[in-house]
Amino acid sequence: MTPIFLLHAADGFFSVPVSIVFWVITAAALAVSLRQVSARLDDRAIPLMGVMAAFIFAGQMFNFQIPGGTSGHLLGGVLAAVLLGPYAAAIVMACVIAVQAIVFQDGGLVVLGVNIFNMGLIGTFGGYAVYRAVAAALGGEAKGRLPAAAVAAWLSVVAAAVVCSFQLAVSGTTSLEAALVAMVGWHVIIGIGEAIITVGALAFIQASRADLLTLRDAPASS
Amino acid sequence: MSTAPNSRSFLKRYGWVLAGLLIAALVVVFLAPAASSDPDGLDRVAEDKEFVEKGKDPAYEWLPDYTIPGVDNEWLSVVLAGLIGVGIVFGATLALGAAVRASRRART
Repeated sequence: MTPIFLLHAADGFFSVPVSIVFWVITAAALAVSLRQVSARLDDRAIPLMGVMAAFIFAGQMFNFQIPGGTSGHLLGGVLAAVLLGPYAAAIVMACVIAVQAIVFQDGGLVVLGVNIFNMGLIGTFGGYAVYRAVAAALGGEAKGRLPAAAVAAWLSVVAAAVVCSFQLAVSGTTSLEAALVAMVGWHVIIGIGEAIITVGALAFIQASRADLLTLRDAPASS
Repeated sequence: MSTAPNSRSFLKRYGWVLAGLLIAALVVVFLAPAASSDPDGLDRVAEDKEFVEKGKDPAYEWLPDYTIPGVDNEWLSVVLAGLIGVGIVFGATLALGAAVRASRRART
């Protein structure tokens, strides 16, 4: 059987110790995120969390073709974080990736912590930090939103590929050099797709419902 | 939500949520069936570096590989599975958000 949609690392790609370490890191990050969301997030952002989860799930089903007989797909972490902030976005990504593993057998359960870390947390925390820094350098979010999101989206995919290479190497799955060359080589191209979809979605929201761009920093109402 | 919302004001307040869900559904209906069947970045590396066989089969199968077991039409199987997934992740994320909000209310 040829996998058509299966996208995420299966159980067995990473060793048990690597899987456990990243389960612990991911669980801790999600616990912090839940506390932060509980304390800070505006009530109106909760439906936006649901919509982002739905869109990112759907977007991840569309594997776009890249040259050389390989495909890539959206991760969505930077997109979610630009709209919702890193904490709420982390919860969105965890929900999407967990449902993919539990309901659709896309990605293993043992390696779920690794998958959430790589495809979710790197974008929502690391990518978001890059987004804020680049936007600030460009004179603020209003001016720099789209280029900053493009840079952050691309970097988040490449960073995920680098981290995944180390996880594969530490797991003894393949050598670090081989993993890095292959993973980063494909993902510098796949990252362009991530940047295009992220910018497209943000530009669409900016044009149609710009008020949704401010929910992230709205004071929590309860 | 103790009172049934007036349908017009509900649409006005949450119309964008329905629009967002519709966009997700359109992606599933029109783009997912047209997805490239080539392996994605990690799968390609797993094949090239010959560790793809290290991947273990899942312990159980519900809607494996975004298909519905028993639905023979490939397009229908993928689209239905995708729509179910969109509904599940929307519901799960919303429920989690609502639970978090309820916990804040309980504290204040």
